[in-house]
Amino acid sequence: MTVADGTPLVEMQHINVAFGGVHAVQNVTVDLRPGEVVGLVGGNGAGKTTLIRCLSGAHPADSGQILIDGQPVSIANPRDAKALGIETIYQTLALAENIDASANVFLGRELTSRFGDLDDAAMESATRRVMGRLNPNFKNFKTPVVSLSGGQRQAIAIGRAVHFNARILIMDEPTAALGPAETAQVRDLIKQLKSEGIGIFLISHDIHDVFDLADRISVMLHGKLVGTVNKSDVTTDEVLAMIIMGKMPEEVTQKDLAMLHE
Amino acid sequence: MTNVADAPPVHVQTQPPSRRSMSGLIAQTEVDLRLFGMLVALAVILLAFDILSGGQMISPTNMVTLSVQATGIAIIATGMVLVIVSRNIDLSVGSLVGFVAMSYALLMTDWFPNILHLPADFPLTWAIALAIGIAIGAAFGAVQGFIIAYVGVPSFIVTLGGLLTIRGLVWYLSQGAAVSGLDPTFQLIGGGAAGSMGATLTWGVGVVGCLAVVAFLFSARRQRRRFGFPIRPMWAETVIGGVGCLAILGLAAFANANYWPKGLADRYAADHGIAVPAGGLQISTGFPYPIMILIGVTIVMSWIAKRRRFGRYVYAYGGNPDAALLAGINTRWTIMKTYVVMGILCALAAAIAAARLNGSTLDVGQSYELYVIAAAVVGGTSFAGGTGSIAGAVVGAFVMQSIAYGLSFNGVNSPGQNVVAGIVLILAVGFDAWNRRRSRSS
Repeated sequence: MTVADGTPLVEMQHINVAFGGVHAVQNVTVDLRPGEVVGLVGGNGAGKTTLIRCLSGAHPADSGQILIDGQPVSIANPRDAKALGIETIYQTLALAENIDASANVFLGRELTSRFGDLDDAAMESATRRVMGRLNPNFKNFKTPVVSLSGGQRQAIAIGRAVHFNARILIMDEPTAALGPAETAQVRDLIKQLKSEGIGIFLISHDIHDVFDLADRISVMLHGKLVGTVNKSDVTTDEVLAMIIMGKMPEEVTQKDLAMLHE
Repeated sequence: MTNVADAPPVHVQTQPPSRRSMSGLIAQTEVDLRLFGMLVALAVILLAFDILSGGQMISPTNMVTLSVQATGIAIIATGMVLVIVSRNIDLSVGSLVGFVAMSYALLMTDWFPNILHLPADFPLTWAIALAIGIAIGAAFGAVQGFIIAYVGVPSFIVTLGGLLTIRGLVWYLSQGAAVSGLDPTFQLIGGGAAGSMGATLTWGVGVVGCLAVVAFLFSARRQRRRFGFPIRPMWAETVIGGVGCLAILGLAAFANANYWPKGLADRYAADHGIAVPAGGLQISTGFPYPIMILIGVTIVMSWIAKRRRFGRYVYAYGGNPDAALLAGINTRWTIMKTYVVMGILCALAAAIAAARLNGSTLDVGQSYELYVIAAAVVGGTSFAGGTGSIAGAVVGAFVMQSIAYGLSFNGVNSPGQNVVAGIVLILAVGFDAWNRRRSRSS
């Protein structure tokens, strides 16, 4: 697949994040176009989540620049990110487990009446619509999230991101807690969102997930970007070599590939 | 994306609970079982002490006195719920009550007449004093809340410091002296025969309360119908409305069966030229004003907790601080506000305490923090954060006060009352922990 021309939706340029003396992310540059899925892969501690937290406002970058539609933006907190149309599904789901599904979906963006009172019925109604789409079996709208299954919680986290008409979606291990049927549902959803012109950063351990869904793949190792490749130009083995050895496909020897399979 | 939000509404009808079993019947009324259980426990405690005292304890006079004694703790406990739900603590409430109570006393005995030269009949003296007291309470709350939320010092330490510092400041306010002689209108805040509403207003409040219950049920039903959600069966609505109205009117009748003390009634009769009938003039006290303040505080705090963004954020933060932050909530401001609310509630409780004493001493509000925390915890607030109800804390305050009152009525001295109160607190939390474990494993 060839990369489309035009202004990218998101450009993250020369991003650095350090925790104390540890450089979690070093000089990483990635971009994302409308209707594109970019897979962000790497081993544990490669810096994928830290990089993406800069975009979602959870942890501002120490240095570097973020451009949305070619314009430099400042994302200091999650509110800034949401105002720019960036929604995030965190690996931890980030749900308040003591409140119900609609309270979580609308957390921080509650619907209110004229007098500023919470309009719980309107929020529940909207939540029923979104959840009816994501997980038709979901019926526990009045119970705290703590008593729900992993798949149901995941559906709430996804519903929250989807409901607010995101332009940019960040999914951190969206299928890690799911069974096969639910995973298939999430894959369908990603394909559908992509067809609607939304740009998606997909973080995953699962190389097959990424190969199935992503248009391009950015690989990180030890906080640095190994490189970004078009999915159609590479094999899974070549991506594995990038993840494990930090070598681009043109640098990989037959011996390296053989070692991967030992 | 739009088509996800615009997808046709899915009518997911939750299965109504079975009508066969007793628990199914209760489930259909959607009554807060925990609160209901606590009210039953409260009734059992009162009845047990009544029996121990040979049927002497439960009388309108005793119950009104008990209720007025519980108001200060109950009012502050509603705020302590928000503080504990958001994983903090406030140990400074007792000292703050002492400081604000002393401020009221000094304002009305010294600062208004001697510094501002206000005449004794200056209008609304009581309201001006109350407003200043509330501002003082809010200011102390804001300072402590700021240090906790923005500087990041643990709330236990900040409010422990507050407990010592503010209590020390009370001494500096009055140079160690007790101060008395408040504005006569201000004294009505403390209750007593004069500080009560009288029979007619009490019935009026009862009727308004009934109308409010019906209106509340009706609007909740209409709201759910608007979106086609399952609604309670009509019989359940009727039962809830009926029980609610009966309880309110019953309390009004009970309070109206409490009469002015004989001496006061005789003096009133003499002043107004009323012939005293055989058996004495009987003037109903009705609801005391402090109880009305408590009812108002409970309604407003429940509304804040359940119907306002601030309350939602407090609970969300208590459930998962990271989630609240990642959802874009200004969590620091939310935490700071819980302490401002606490300060305001302390000022209200201080007004009741000062009005009852007709002044203030150095130790007003001493160890309130312990009773307030006990009330909140007995009322179902969990130190793990995220759970707790305003109404529960109010009932918790009444449970603690009933135990203290009942023991004292049956001749147990104050150290003995403390022993029992401490054991009850531990039992209540132990029961809660056991109950949670059981419900999780089932």
